[in-house]
Amino acid sequence: MKPVAGLGQLKSLDDLTNRSGWPHSLFSTDGLPRAAALDIIDTAREMVGVGRRRVKKLPTLRGRTVINAFFENSTRTRVSFELAGKRMGADVINFSASASSGAKGETLGDTARTLAAMNPDLIVIRHPDGGAPWFLRERVGCAVINAGDGINEHPTQALLDALTLMEQLGDLEGRTVAIVGDVAHSRVARSNIHLLHTLGANVVCVSPSTMRPAQMDLALKAQWTDDLDALLPRCDAVMMLRIQRERLRESLFPHNREFAIRFGLNPRRADLLPSHGIILHPGPMNRGVEIEPAVADGDRAMILSQVENGVAVRMALQLMLLGRSES
Amino acid sequence: MMVRWIAGGRVIDPDQDVDRLADLELADGKVVGLHPVGTAPSQEDTLDASGRWVMPGMIDIHVHFREPGQEYKEDLLTGARAAVAGGVTTVVCMPNTMPAIDKREVVGLLRRRAAQIGLCDVQVCGAISRGLKGEELADLGEMALAGAACFSDDGHAVMNAGLLRRAFEYASDLDLMLMLHEEEMDLSNGGSMHEGAVSSRAGLRGIPSASESALIARDLEIAHEFGGRMHVCHMSTKRGVELVRAAKARGWPISAEVTPHHLFLTDLAVLESHYHGHTKMNPPLRPWEHVEALREGLKDGTIEAIATDHAPHGDVEKDEAFGCCAFGVTGLETSFSLTRRLVDEGVISLSRAVELHTSGPAKVMNWNDRGTFRAGTRADVCIFDPERVWIVDPSVGFSKSVNTPFTGWELKGQVSTTVFGGRVVYHEGKPAA
Ligand SMILES: [Zn+2]
Repeated sequence: MKPVAGLGQLKSLDDLTNRSGWPHSLFSTDGLPRAAALDIIDTAREMVGVGRRRVKKLPTLRGRTVINAFFENSTRTRVSFELAGKRMGADVINFSASASSGAKGETLGDTARTLAAMNPDLIVIRHPDGGAPWFLRERVGCAVINAGDGINEHPTQALLDALTLMEQLGDLEGRTVAIVGDVAHSRVARSNIHLLHTLGANVVCVSPSTMRPAQMDLALKAQWTDDLDALLPRCDAVMMLRIQRERLRESLFPHNREFAIRFGLNPRRADLLPSHGIILHPGPMNRGVEIEPAVADGDRAMILSQVENGVAVRMALQLMLLGRSES
Repeated sequence: MMVRWIAGGRVIDPDQDVDRLADLELADGKVVGLHPVGTAPSQEDTLDASGRWVMPGMIDIHVHFREPGQEYKEDLLTGARAAVAGGVTTVVCMPNTMPAIDKREVVGLLRRRAAQIGLCDVQVCGAISRGLKGEELADLGEMALAGAACFSDDGHAVMNAGLLRRAFEYASDLDLMLMLHEEEMDLSNGGSMHEGAVSSRAGLRGIPSASESALIARDLEIAHEFGGRMHVCHMSTKRGVELVRAAKARGWPISAEVTPHHLFLTDLAVLESHYHGHTKMNPPLRPWEHVEALREGLKDGTIEAIATDHAPHGDVEKDEAFGCCAFGVTGLETSFSLTRRLVDEGVISLSRAVELHTSGPAKVMNWNDRGTFRAGTRADVCIFDPERVWIVDPSVGFSKSVNTPFTGWELKGQVSTTVFGGRVVYHEGKPAA
């Protein structure tokens, strides 16, 4: 393993520039240039059209190999990437493994080198630890897409959310988006905060203090409140995060009912939104906890569009990362 | 080769308030004393130290040599080589080996093995609790008889306050101190870096400062009420420094050490390195305000020793994603060169810098036979070339492991010769064993 050289130059978070990995990879939306984000979203719009055709397959990535390396279970995300790769004509291989080296008997470094030896053109990685996509990219030559790394980022989710928002609201400049739930431990939230800021939106996070990231104003430049009712009338969109049961054990909140009372999106709260206000949820939902069924199934909810847009965004990314490079 | 004279160097011995050109005389493995330059005869066992700094052999009271059980990371020989390459002639080995150093047999074995190697003095820190489990006392008395220098469960905090109380009481009968790894585990809660703006940005679970300071506060109260000498290992937080300073002001018998990496790097290194495992250690790198507080603690005497927490790891532990790779970095070979940088930055005086590696840690350990050039003390000497500029490259170092966060740093000044008990154990890149 190569030591890291020359540390100590970075003096402030403000000096951190593009961490996105774009255009060779996509690790993060942190610093992803606005033009690149809009380019991806525009390409994804075209892919939505392809997905609605009777014949949904493009020949663009024929002969290219995509490995979905999943070190954490996620059927939804894997299926979305798999479908996207196949629609682009790539050979898609799913690889799943345990994240702990103890359990699998080899390190992530070993696994990375094994995958690299198969000469893939792209590896999509889902891993329970933050930073795993950067780690992988250091050890493989090919493009890497982060499909969720621990509590860090989930950039393709943010891009599909942005596409969904823009379909409904148009330009996001000056729009206000609320992100409600366990922001501190949410990769969806972190990627969305970065991308929405890049696209000119205001982001307000809503949670109990137990779910607020440390020094979030400094870290993420986002506002925070625990008063959802007061915020909703000025929101153009509200994103509900999935409440994870394991957080109960960490005492981040007392129980589901109480969370639903303080932060759940019920019909009364949904009515506080302006008439054009929309509701997003990355799924899978806990109906009756962060969102009530009547809201989830109502007209404002964009949940199924998000799923459709997810495939389109992942098609666009694979096209842009692989289609442009030499084959 | 045995040395009789070290001639013409700038002798820096903070213990005796000495900083002048002098000839140092040694005999029979002991220091004889200082003489005016020109006293030393020119003969085979006279070392020319002109242009060099001549300091007491350095003392590093916190290292992990991984023996027994994890010799693929480091062993007594490679660890000792790394030590003498850094001018260190005494180390204190922490007991979190496999098995843990919790019995007299292991203490005795290590002491004998190290004596056979003969490069430096390897002191052994015995475990506080059996198997470092924090449940029942290890064999403190028997380990003390076998030569244990102190006790620690380093790598783990002693979370059981009742057990810690008994350990303090029992160890004070033996006149030995407890070196405490201060970490409230329920606050660390599986974190892998400092909790703050950087962890929020990096998307990693954090270890808050209070994880350290809350346990220091608790343990100060326990040590105070039940008696015993308490030493805080690898202090990393501003509040920790404040608590220790206040306890000292009340005259409580407490001491503290700090590592080189906590004096130079901040939590930003995690992002800067793209989540590289060589920026992961416990306690974690903290923001600059903590670094400043630690440096202030060096200045005003709150912290009496710089100790590396030299923690070698192989690829098996480090070639992993950040959250699951092992905590720890190496440090012996860069330790004093980094401290010298603090002098160049105007943080501390040269005399204070040397003290933090010699008489400072000697006092922490209650040793009066080293860390000084007083007559009759062991002839341990570090000869340092203050002008030599070098680039840190662990691939050419002596440790078996390469996990230093200082790779690529350009450092000014390097150890040229190390003398242990009057014998040259390291000279110009070559250890004697
Ligand atoms: Zn420790």
